[in-house]
Amino acid sequence: MSYTIEGKTGTWEIVVGLEVHAQIISHSKLFSGASASYGGEPNTHVSLVDAGFPGMLPVLNRECVAQAVRTGLGLRARINLESRFDRKNYFYADLPTGYQISQFTHPIVGEGTVEIELADGTVRHIGITRLHIEQDAGKSMHDQDPARSFIDLNRAGVALMEIVSEPDIRNPEEAGAYLRKLRQILRYLGTCDGNMEEGSMRADVNVSVRKAGEPFRTRCEIKNVNSIRYVMHAIEVEAARQVEVWEDGGEVDQETRLFDPARNETRSLRSKEDAHDYRYFPDPDLLPLVVEQEWVDELERALPELPDDKRDRFIRQYGIPRYDASVLVAEQAIADYYEEVAKGRDARLAANWVTGDLFGALNRTGRTIQDSPISAQALGGMLDLMADKTINGKIAKEVFEDMLETGDSAADIVERKGLKQVTDTGAIDAAVADVLARNADKVEEYRGGKDRLFGFFVGQVMKAMAGKANPAIVNEALKKVL
Amino acid sequence: MSLDPATVRRIARLARIGIDESDLQSLQGELNGILGWVEQLNEVDVEGGSPMVGTGHAALRTREDVVTDGNCREAVLSNAPDAVGPFYTVPKVVE
Amino acid sequence: MSLTELTIADAAAGLRKRAFSAVELVRAHTDAIGALNPRLNAYITPTSDAALEAAAHADAALARDEAKPLTGIPLGIKDLFCTTGVRTTAASNILKNFVPPYESTVTANLLRDGAVFVGKTNLDEFAMGSANITSAFGPVENPWKRKGEADTVLVPGGSSGGSAAAVAAGLAMGATGTDTGGSIRQPAAYCGIVGLKPTYGRCSRFGTIAYASSLDQAGPMARSVRDCAIMLQSMAGFDPRDSTSVDRDVPDYSAAIGRSLKGLKVGIPREYRAEGLSAEIGAAWQQGIEWLRAAGCEIVDVSLPHTKYGLATYYIVAPAECSSNLARYDGLRFGERVEGQTLDAMYEATRRAGFGPEVRRRIMMGTYVLSAGYYDAYYLKAQKVRTLIRRDFTECFQQVDVLLTPTAPTPAFAQGEQSDDPVQMYLNDIFTVPASMAGMPAMSVPVGLGDTGLPLGLQLIGRPFDEETLLAAGSALESAAGFTHRPAIRAEGAK
Repeated sequence: MSYTIEGKTGTWEIVVGLEVHAQIISHSKLFSGASASYGGEPNTHVSLVDAGFPGMLPVLNRECVAQAVRTGLGLRARINLESRFDRKNYFYADLPTGYQISQFTHPIVGEGTVEIELADGTVRHIGITRLHIEQDAGKSMHDQDPARSFIDLNRAGVALMEIVSEPDIRNPEEAGAYLRKLRQILRYLGTCDGNMEEGSMRADVNVSVRKAGEPFRTRCEIKNVNSIRYVMHAIEVEAARQVEVWEDGGEVDQETRLFDPARNETRSLRSKEDAHDYRYFPDPDLLPLVVEQEWVDELERALPELPDDKRDRFIRQYGIPRYDASVLVAEQAIADYYEEVAKGRDARLAANWVTGDLFGALNRTGRTIQDSPISAQALGGMLDLMADKTINGKIAKEVFEDMLETGDSAADIVERKGLKQVTDTGAIDAAVADVLARNADKVEEYRGGKDRLFGFFVGQVMKAMAGKANPAIVNEALKKVL
Repeated sequence: MSLDPATVRRIARLARIGIDESDLQSLQGELNGILGWVEQLNEVDVEGGSPMVGTGHAALRTREDVVTDGNCREAVLSNAPDAVGPFYTVPKVVE
Repeated sequence: MSLTELTIADAAAGLRKRAFSAVELVRAHTDAIGALNPRLNAYITPTSDAALEAAAHADAALARDEAKPLTGIPLGIKDLFCTTGVRTTAASNILKNFVPPYESTVTANLLRDGAVFVGKTNLDEFAMGSANITSAFGPVENPWKRKGEADTVLVPGGSSGGSAAAVAAGLAMGATGTDTGGSIRQPAAYCGIVGLKPTYGRCSRFGTIAYASSLDQAGPMARSVRDCAIMLQSMAGFDPRDSTSVDRDVPDYSAAIGRSLKGLKVGIPREYRAEGLSAEIGAAWQQGIEWLRAAGCEIVDVSLPHTKYGLATYYIVAPAECSSNLARYDGLRFGERVEGQTLDAMYEATRRAGFGPEVRRRIMMGTYVLSAGYYDAYYLKAQKVRTLIRRDFTECFQQVDVLLTPTAPTPAFAQGEQSDDPVQMYLNDIFTVPASMAGMPAMSVPVGLGDTGLPLGLQLIGRPFDEETLLAAGSALESAAGFTHRPAIRAEGAK
């Protein structure tokens, strides 16, 4: 899909690269034994290491390294067996040591790729430049005191992964698809919960514009955007702003900007005079990090099936359309639910019920698959009743609604409501005879060539039998008599 | 390479060390003296050499992912010049 | 013999024989501190009351026959080691009221082995200096005097000047030091005591205030080689809280004392015959060579071609690391704060008032060499030269077992005698810095008095983790030299 901006001077293309900060799921912090869990009373998830006390030293959390390696594997990226930790030096109230420990020149993960799928079915590959491990900062609160800002270091030192994409993204939709896909992969891997509201995943968005065929122009970095929707909006308004600047004969400054969702605009965050000079150098408190290939292999063997692989398997194994498969693998829990329903049953029918009626019901009731009122087993039980012709498709809808409401099993509902499908040909033949007798005129018309009245007769018979008749037998009986 | 006053000011700013004009000249002279002296390293051919990283005696160790620390707010705030309740404070930051 | 003249080894034996009590031993030292510290300024914070209390516990332990290697031994602790509940200043205004709620690993190890701390010793601010004149708590006086110059105040060397002066004058039986570019060895030489900088990674850096992390190493300072071995035995060891600490068994250091040196190959690096080496020190070096030869060593001329670049390399790497390590002193979580209207104004005022000129200079220097556009020319280049310096040592140690050099180019100089030029001051470390850059263990041993009656030290440099050979060769030099001279100002004389 092509997305361009029509300016006064011609057509502009957008170039976007994303730097995603994803909080690593771990019990303790990256370099200290303090809890990494969210919340907690102010300054309680803080050790003297986190507070940067004199003589305190960092010791690396092995699980955080494993999580970064798993993520790298999930991004089909190169794992660097030797990486290093550098200090990024700057002063800020929420940065206790005056430097952030990060990986600058030698990240743990190198180039990889993420496959995204757009609404029109287009598949694109977005390159990953690198992934590195670093520390989160603390939190400043500005609204509790007229003269002072308050500092809470609970987040200081929590492990983050920074995942940097190539400038391969060309429009807001792709940016959204990329972020959703990344989040999906992280969640599958269990390396980040992807919760943008709590800040455990946030994006810095690099935007520039250019005319077709041009090299890249100056980019601006929009910092800390905390929802996918905002990322998409920010790209749109920032690109429009840059086109205007260029077309008015100006220059876009390389700078950091902030997205203001209320005003739907970006604005400059720091003046140029105050440009940062981070003075990166290898952290002398830490030696180079060396991981063994065997350990990486072990982590790889233990990885869960990734969404793309699962989607392809669903298509292959269950014979369902690509679109359905993509929807079903969106979350691990949905995929698991589906597989349980589909197991030993009509997999395509199962897919229809899960993506159709079940998703509709969850949407309606504001629930997720985890707290679905109908378990996978229960839905499977209903499909079994359809398969053995105890109920037909129409009755199934009724049973499903009842299950949703009462939580009863399909079998119980069929029993309670007497919805068992009638397959007794005698009863059906009688109903057929009755309907034809009462509609003798229509029978004449049908025999006169008005074929489409056949459906009318089926409907009448089904109605007479309160929907419980087996439709195939009804058809057969009607054809015979007519 | 020689530092001019603007660079000395910029470095002081980066290091967050307040300097006034009276410091500037002596500081500039001292730093230039040191920088001139370390120029001797230009004689050394380091072509193709690698920088010393770590000590060469050991590889980086890692620890288990277990909560063993924290929950020591009293110690964390014990030396704070201006703690308010459970918080450290700084002059108000306007963002 | 006065209790303040004993070695740690003799005092430990005396305590076990009940020749004197720990309280008597400690009181002799706290009394000496009371008498002499106002003049020498070796201690920033004497802790006499706590020491006497600890001594009483030591006596109780001795009475129960539960004495540990250092039970009842009064030690001085460089005020760079964090000590629980005891003010730890790094000799800086910015930490003048800092009371750590934690204990450094090195001091915790000494306490575990029964040591009694009599106070926190003075040092150059944040260990940056070679004369102990940059302390915010005033300079330290070297207890030694030049012949006929009783009124000339000499510097004790630095940065562990307070520790060296305290040990020399009998205000402690031993003291901890830290050595980044010579801060244990050079003051040991200036004050006529033994000082040992272990291999980088041998002693934990946890809880020791950092100057330059890739160089800082704690070590013992005492009046005999054996005492250094006894102290190092306690101080050394693996610490999981320091990622650069090396997981390696601690050998029995005392066993190396007096070990035969027959066949030991001693390298004499020709580059140390540098300009500015005084004749008296040259002579002492030659004497040391003869003593080791007489002890059965084979003397080998060796070359460390990059050693002359050690100092320039050091004055890039150490300030770079210090500029980052000292960023945490921002007036926010601990330390002195000077208020400002904005966050940056607070930072700038706090750090200007909190740091002295030498610290500010090194932070500026370090900030510059790491800044954009200069990193490659300075820091990266220096770290590459450092690789060459280390390679020189590694290659040398394929031919020889230990190196013998002077510790410092001159004996102690007088306060105000050296120029204000920082580079001139840095040259005092010219012989000690190369081993620091390479992470090798090194020790200074007093071998005699120079022309003006001041002690002279020789330096032994060993293979990584071969402190034992340093101790063996050091004890040979020690007994050959028979160094029993004592400084003019000392506890005994105060009585």
